Amino acid sequence: MNSFRFLFDKNTWQEIFGSIGKNKTRTIITVIGVLWGIFIYIALAGAAKGMDNGFEKNFETVAKNSIWAWSQSTSIPYAGYKTGRQLRLKVQDAIVLKNRIPEIQYIAPVNTRGAFGGASALTVRGIKSNSYSVYGYFPEIAKIATQKIYDNGRFINDEDIAQARKVCVIGERTQQELFDKDEDPIGGYIRVENVYFQVVGVHKFTQTTPFGTDGDIFIPFTTFKKLYNTGDNSQFFTIAAYDDADVVQVEKDIKAVLRSIHKVHPEDERAFGAFNLGEIFSKIMGFANGITFLSLIVGIATILAGVIGIGNILLISVKERTKELGIRRALGATPGEVRSLIILESVFLTMIAGIVGIILGAGVLSLINSLTRDINFPYTNPTVPIPYVLGALAIMIILGTLIGSIPAQRAVSIKPIDALREE
Amino acid sequence: MIEIKDLHKSYKMGSNALHVLKGINFTVEEGELVAIMGSSGSGKSTLLNILGMLDVADSGEYTLDGVPIKNLNETKAANYRNKFLGFVFQSFNLINYKSALENVALPLYYQRVPRKERQERAMKYLDQVGLKEWANHLPSELSGGQNQRVAIARAMASEPKVLLADEPTGALDSKTSYEVMDLIQKINDQGNTILVVTHEDDIAHMCKRIVYLKDGVIVEDKKVKQVRASAHV
Repeated sequence: MNSFRFLFDKNTWQEIFGSIGKNKTRTIITVIGVLWGIFIYIALAGAAKGMDNGFEKNFETVAKNSIWAWSQSTSIPYAGYKTGRQLRLKVQDAIVLKNRIPEIQYIAPVNTRGAFGGASALTVRGIKSNSYSVYGYFPEIAKIATQKIYDNGRFINDEDIAQARKVCVIGERTQQELFDKDEDPIGGYIRVENVYFQVVGVHKFTQTTPFGTDGDIFIPFTTFKKLYNTGDNSQFFTIAAYDDADVVQVEKDIKAVLRSIHKVHPEDERAFGAFNLGEIFSKIMGFANGITFLSLIVGIATILAGVIGIGNILLISVKERTKELGIRRALGATPGEVRSLIILESVFLTMIAGIVGIILGAGVLSLINSLTRDINFPYTNPTVPIPYVLGALAIMIILGTLIGSIPAQRAVSIKPIDALREE
Repeated sequence: MIEIKDLHKSYKMGSNALHVLKGINFTVEEGELVAIMGSSGSGKSTLLNILGMLDVADSGEYTLDGVPIKNLNETKAANYRNKFLGFVFQSFNLINYKSALENVALPLYYQRVPRKERQERAMKYLDQVGLKEWANHLPSELSGGQNQRVAIARAMASEPKVLLADEPTGALDSKTSYEVMDLIQKINDQGNTILVVTHEDDIAHMCKRIVYLKDGVIVEDKKVKQVRASAHV
């Protein structure tokens, strides 16, 4: 209680300002030590966070734990089948996978022409024509890899699937090449493989999948099936696991289930292929976390070095001020008051340095942010989380107190009579 | 005001013990102006330090204004010093980065007097020692005599029971010394109890009583007719 009154007493601070202010050069140089530490800490932590955000942003349009799975051919003979048997995913497999693996949130079979071999579809509108890849999609695709559809348009919906409607979502490039500039493509018709499709939406291209271009045409999966006679076959599955699922395990489970459905040897690794974005993403985030951790360590170590510098200077200062402290004690300063004076000086210097360092660090971060805005570098919105800042301030107060208590103890260990004798 | 019974103090110097005070008995009434005289090594400074609670006696009793001074820890001593005692040192012992006014106000700070009142009271005492105009000057900008007057104002600011002066004129020329003694006499005239340690005869005779110390014992304790310092100024 008493010490709190001491802490919030205006007079206390006037005394502290008085003794700090008497040697300005030394104070400033001391402060720069800690300032540099906190600056490094903030700049590093912010840069790491910016990189983190940058990676997140690069992945934001796609479910972070999505997996693409496709069939290949067997490499081990099994159950009477010889090796090298060509496998084909069936639409029903998706239902089995969804039922057997609870971690799967969405699963959508996909068929395509033009993207992985096979001729692209000749698409004609009036006198304009070109060839584009065609995808047979379920509406769930939009939940796995976000589809940005321009205003007025829409993505494929459940009704389209149920009725196998001849509707399509076209790419930006397709729109430019087949439609006039001021023409609204929505509601317009294009001829794909000699079948007329009504355009219901234009998708904005973002690299959300390992494939895809800005010219792709999306049609309902069921329409695709009729158009190309694909029956129950599916070229690949697009799968999203729940956020908390272990994507590596999910990928293993998917392959295991597929092997059992298709009567493939349980150890035949080559029978099914998969691209695990979740795994890649978690590796990158792991890297980013490593960077964050490293920056924390380096930052805190630098702060520590700075605070030790303050302690060092205060130790010298206490020696220089032996007589002054003796006078204060002869005049009635208790050891507690002398100790508090020195510790508060230490904490005060640390805090000032810390606050200025945080401001400078934030300034540099926003400068880097504005410099990297237009270049392709995974660096977005470099912020330092408030808990980090508060944590840094807490560390500084604690360290300032600890380091200040060394010279403070020294100051009170000298008897006032000896201190007064000092010339 | 001050009562001392059988005070002993020795310092350890390596394997030898140096017996500095060998049983001092001594009483000071309120309003007295006492000079403590003796050659160097007689123990007069040690006595003053014990009276000032800057040092602790090995044995003996010390009562100050009816309060027995014993079992002192540093905090208790600091509080007693602040409440009961004012110090004047030979080397002034002002804080060099504080102005005269701030120096005078410092003991009041440790009495937790609010800033404004502190300043007013400090100014009042600076005025008493005739340095009102010099209030905002640093000690380095003042002469020795002025510095000692600031130190006296500082000692008086906390309104102590006893003023302890350790060779207050030791660093001053005789004219300035008399000015300082004039000030001390005036403060004594107001009823303050003052002890002055000195080895100068003329200074001692400006007090009302002289106590001679030799080899750690009081050899003589006599009342003298006070010589007014103002006669010499």
